[in-house]
Amino acid sequence: MPGMRGDWLMKKKFFRWRGQSRRLLVQIGSALLTNSHFSGFARGTLYQGSLKRICLPGLNCYSCPGALGSCPIGALQAVASSVSFDVAYYVAGLILLFGLLLGRAICGWFCPFGLVQDLLWRLPVPKLHRMPGDRLLRLLKYAVLFLLVLVLPAALTNAVGMGEPLFCKWICPSGTLFAGLPVVAADGNIRAALGGLFRWKLILLLGLLLLATVVHRPFCKYLCPLGAIYGPLNQISLFRYQVAESCTHCGGCRAVCPMQVEMPQKPNSSECIRCGRCREACPQQAITPEPICRREKRKQACRDA
Amino acid sequence: MKRRGLIWWVLFLFSCCMLCYGLLRGEAAVVLQKATALCLECVGIG
Repeated sequence: MPGMRGDWLMKKKFFRWRGQSRRLLVQIGSALLTNSHFSGFARGTLYQGSLKRICLPGLNCYSCPGALGSCPIGALQAVASSVSFDVAYYVAGLILLFGLLLGRAICGWFCPFGLVQDLLWRLPVPKLHRMPGDRLLRLLKYAVLFLLVLVLPAALTNAVGMGEPLFCKWICPSGTLFAGLPVVAADGNIRAALGGLFRWKLILLLGLLLLATVVHRPFCKYLCPLGAIYGPLNQISLFRYQVAESCTHCGGCRAVCPMQVEMPQKPNSSECIRCGRCREACPQQAITPEPICRREKRKQACRDA
Repeated sequence: MKRRGLIWWVLFLFSCCMLCYGLLRGEAAVVLQKATALCLECVGIG
């Protein structure tokens, strides 16, 4: 009886797929599911339903014609820069909740722009393991979060009391790719209104996409404010990794990690996006998700004993 | 281990409180209003 559920799951094709194929399937599935207002792409119009009250966990622009939900970073700025409110409690609470449950696994499994970068990284071109100034550049995302998402949109307001979503306006490549390009392609009036800002955003997008072919997920590593929120929550989120004592410190996990995480020392580093490559590479199978419920903890203790 | 669990529960309750407070004061309506209109900044018109 105890093995029945496991046997049933293994018969299902999805659970027989291992590692990166399974992750890719989840990434594509979640991107399609959260952007399934397909008629919007043809007409250049947005989904108008009440689902858009809800923020999605990943960086998914709400102006994407297919989007069924809201971008958490866009919503955070929209509420903070609105006339009525200065602090976005609802959106902040939702983001914190997502982070507490999954941490940066959201980046690795459910972010549409992460998926695009992962696909580009698969292109067979020479790879750069680490960018020059990598350590400093990784701090940039915290500055982006603090200045362009939290402080300036609420502080720099016009005479009416409205601010601007500065991250969306000047940086967000996800918005340019999933909202800007489809809308511009479908709507002639929008095309006529394009100017220097669109050119800047397009250059930034193309630069990041080109860079993503040689450096793994440059936007996630250096610029994403959502990653800056979820990253520190890796330490306490429900989805955590642990390294067993059977680890021989062979360095296999470190060699395959695309985010350059020092896996045996920091299994819950704020840079880890839970892609699972380290788990696949470990010859001792020493890296496992930490059990979260008592029953699993008991099982783990039995196995260890 | 216990300390981490405690921090998790405190943050979990804190996030639930923030979420409910935000919903009660009508922030979801602002999100909906912003998300259903084309965001000119996101597109790159400004």
